[in-house]
Amino acid sequence: MTQNNGLGENITFRTEGLTKNYSSGETVIHALRGVTVSIPKGDLVVLLGPSGSGKSTFLNIIGGLDSPTSGEVYFNKDKLSDYSEQQLTAFRRHNVGFVFQAYNLVPSLTAYENVELVTDIAANPIQPEEALAAVHLGDRARHFPSQLSGGEQQRVAIARAIAKRPEVLLCDEPTGALDSETGIVVLKALQDVNKKFGTTTIIITHNAAIADMADRVIYFGDGQVVDVKVNENPCPPEEISW
Amino acid sequence: MIGALNKKLVRDMWHIKGQILAIVMVMACGITTFIMSFGVLDSLTLSRDVYYDRYQFADVFAQLKRAPDGIKQQVMDIPGISAIETRVVFGVTVQVDGMAEPASGKLISVPDGRQPLLNNLYLSRGRMLLPDEDDAILCSEAFAIAHNFMLGDQISMIINGHKRTLKIVGIVLSPEYVYSLGPGAMFPDDKRFGVFWMSRRLLEAAVDMDGAFNDISIRVARAANVEDIKRDLDIVLKPYGGLISYARKEQMSNWFVQNELDQLWVMGIFAPIIFLSVSAFLINVVMTRQVTTQREQIGMLKAVGYRNGEISTHYLKMVLLIVVLGGILGVGSGIWLGMGMTNMYTQFFHFPILKFSFSVPVMIFSVLFSSVSAVIGTLIAIRKAAKLPPAEAMRPETPVYFRRSLLEMMGLEKFFSHLTRIVIRHVERRPIRTLLSTIGIGLSMSILIFAFFMEDSINYMMAVQFDMAQREDVSLGFVEPRNMSVLEEIRLMPGVMSVEPQRSVAVFLKSDHYSKRASIMGLSPMPDLHRILDKNLHALPIPEHGLALSSKLADLLHLKKGDIVTVEVLEDRRPILNIKVVEIIEDFIGLSAFMNREELNMLLNEGAVITGVSLMVDPLWNGPLFQKIKEIPAIISMNILKKVREVFQELMGENILKMVMINTVFASLISFGVIYNTARIALSERGRELASLRVLGLTKGEVAYILFGEMAVIILMAIPAGLFIGYLMVLGMAQSMDTELFRVPVIIEKSTYGLSVIIVVVSSVLSFYLVWRQVENIDLVSAQKGVE
Repeated sequence: MTQNNGLGENITFRTEGLTKNYSSGETVIHALRGVTVSIPKGDLVVLLGPSGSGKSTFLNIIGGLDSPTSGEVYFNKDKLSDYSEQQLTAFRRHNVGFVFQAYNLVPSLTAYENVELVTDIAANPIQPEEALAAVHLGDRARHFPSQLSGGEQQRVAIARAIAKRPEVLLCDEPTGALDSETGIVVLKALQDVNKKFGTTTIIITHNAAIADMADRVIYFGDGQVVDVKVNENPCPPEEISW
Repeated sequence: MIGALNKKLVRDMWHIKGQILAIVMVMACGITTFIMSFGVLDSLTLSRDVYYDRYQFADVFAQLKRAPDGIKQQVMDIPGISAIETRVVFGVTVQVDGMAEPASGKLISVPDGRQPLLNNLYLSRGRMLLPDEDDAILCSEAFAIAHNFMLGDQISMIINGHKRTLKIVGIVLSPEYVYSLGPGAMFPDDKRFGVFWMSRRLLEAAVDMDGAFNDISIRVARAANVEDIKRDLDIVLKPYGGLISYARKEQMSNWFVQNELDQLWVMGIFAPIIFLSVSAFLINVVMTRQVTTQREQIGMLKAVGYRNGEISTHYLKMVLLIVVLGGILGVGSGIWLGMGMTNMYTQFFHFPILKFSFSVPVMIFSVLFSSVSAVIGTLIAIRKAAKLPPAEAMRPETPVYFRRSLLEMMGLEKFFSHLTRIVIRHVERRPIRTLLSTIGIGLSMSILIFAFFMEDSINYMMAVQFDMAQREDVSLGFVEPRNMSVLEEIRLMPGVMSVEPQRSVAVFLKSDHYSKRASIMGLSPMPDLHRILDKNLHALPIPEHGLALSSKLADLLHLKKGDIVTVEVLEDRRPILNIKVVEIIEDFIGLSAFMNREELNMLLNEGAVITGVSLMVDPLWNGPLFQKIKEIPAIISMNILKKVREVFQELMGENILKMVMINTVFASLISFGVIYNTARIALSERGRELASLRVLGLTKGEVAYILFGEMAVIILMAIPAGLFIGYLMVLGMAQSMDTELFRVPVIIEKSTYGLSVIIVVVSSVLSFYLVWRQVENIDLVSAQKGVE
């Protein structure tokens, strides 16, 4: 297991002893049981692990959607785990791009307008058409989500996530609802963004094959990090054997 | 820049346009009634205040028999009086060409060569009287309009027994006659009652009042005590046959205007509260549903960095847009209806100028008030949206918690099919929403009952008044008390079939510290035409001894059967009598007291004299009879009861019909709004469930049964609730209208209840139909995917 305790310039996220408990009725669920891990800047990181292993909880906490029960989270040099709700909102607003399994597009807005939702509030966004072009959807800008295929919808979601020029891109099962062919197009889009903009990208998946395209793979099991592997030669998504 | 979130807002609203429209309509009703009532209230108040102020409407009034001008100084010496004007006022009979029956009139003196100090005249057309101008009069505008009189037209009237032909030189309005009732009349009838003004010197000469007056108006100094002045004035005037003086608030015309203003105020407060509460409830239901269906979108917006405030603002904007739409519609229709209503008032109230006032503060307030009620209605939903934790929001909602319904727990499930059980469980699952929907529909029904009740009540009042109590065809009033022997003369007049004598006398009734001005009418022992009725509307014989009081008068004086009341007679020798109350009777108009005529004559220490008669006449002889009556100077007033009824029905019929129509539209909008929204929300919440049931093989009818069964249960509960609320509203209305001049009987016909139920059911069926069209269009495949 590789550990990186440094506070170096090249680390985007660092967590220490991160735990998260949920109480559901009378039982307490330990979603995270002390996660200590670092994610270097600009890496494309894949989180692997079975359902309930804590991947999503971890992603939600480093993305500022949820707070840990104990432990510390650092984003660059800031202690994210001490942030107030307002600070977390500002953090998400300016630094994080999210891509969800269910796309979460607003059905009453076109592709372009869904991207606009983010560019309207971001400090230094790229133009929505540029973001859509980056995921090869320039010609679908005027379409509503119901007029787009699943892969296209997910690419709109990616365009929306990158339009604010986020420092990090967090993707929770982005290909979970897609077939392999479409999934590859989406992964390609994510890798392009990672390469083009240098955005630290974290992808949750339960599809181990996707790990081949990652710079780094973090294995989760039972609320803990069980292994971290660094991939010296990530392959392009087209070559992934699904 | 519009912004993507605002585009979402507009499209989301368009998506639920039917529901939004329903809410906008209900809200517009609230704003409409508010603007209409307060706009009209403002207009009337302003017109009245300006009129009274500019035309020197007096503060205290008194009538007397005759006093020399010399006592003016004595009156002026009363502390607190700033101005007085004495007048000669005389009742006349007016003969109008082309009208068979005579009209009554009031002839009022104007100081020669100047406007009166008090109760100035507003000159509408023509000119004022010249000093000592002979045979010229000013005519009240209402009478002139009713008869289409032009300047220069001649009017014949009998003044103190002499027929005079007078020329109209001016058409005027007076603050004393904004609402004008003829002698013995119950409703204004501009055709049969007119007010005229004539030179003081000429009128004095015509009615033998040289150097004297019989009417006085007083302006009270600021901060003076009106009650003290009245008391002192009564003392000064008593030797001259002074009747009890009265203040402006008791002045007939002013009383009616004020009473109308009070009612407008009540309506302006209560109607908007009903409509805005219902619309707040509807907004709450719709917004709660919006937040629920957009749960995942809210989660996403937060995840990408939208602040709680921005999310709240987004939903708040939707609410405020609804308010804006309701505001535009409501302000527009409020102005329109307000103008119509103001126009209606010009039929009753004669102001120089009465225009609907576009009160901007009223409009702003109504829209603000609607916004506040709407925002309060959505606060919980919006808070829920703002508080939603983003990570959780994006997970699907946990299934709704259901349990066995109350009815099932009572062991009644064997009576219910599965479908019925679904219906009942849904009704019970959201008890507050069910309750509020029930109240909302109930309120719409109660508005209908309230609207229809007005007609029921008036019809009843008319039937009691004219078919049971005042059954005479014609009633005549004399200038002076006459000997009973005139009965023989009257009986011989053409077409007269029977005659009943009456002796009426003005009195001041006192009991403890309660007192009231009224008149006692002496009747024959068992009258057949002018009768008195008990609570059960049975005709009562006139008690041999003692007084029969109308229940309102008895209430005001805190008297009951068997009590003794002090009667101060306001005529001639003005005896003070103690008389026992022996009967309490039921009537709806005025304050009456009745006793045996012979006993009244005896107590007044006079011979067998009468002041009026009730006649039953053969209608075939109306022409000759009326002609004859016109020529009898001793007759001061004549009321043809059939005409009174006609005039009233003409006047009220049309206006009540309008009010009923407006109320019906409003009430239908409420019930439609509530039912449509409830059904539409149910469809949205359960679209997937219903589609699943269709996939399982249920027919559209069975699916509709589940959806509409819930609504039907609510409507069934709303009917008794609505009937009850309606009854309470009617009671409240009757209470607020319970005045010395009118009582509103609480009579609600079965047809009123029936019609109200029918209208609510019809608007329900209509909203069912609209929702049903959407049920028919449920796409079984896409519904399964859960995208709304």
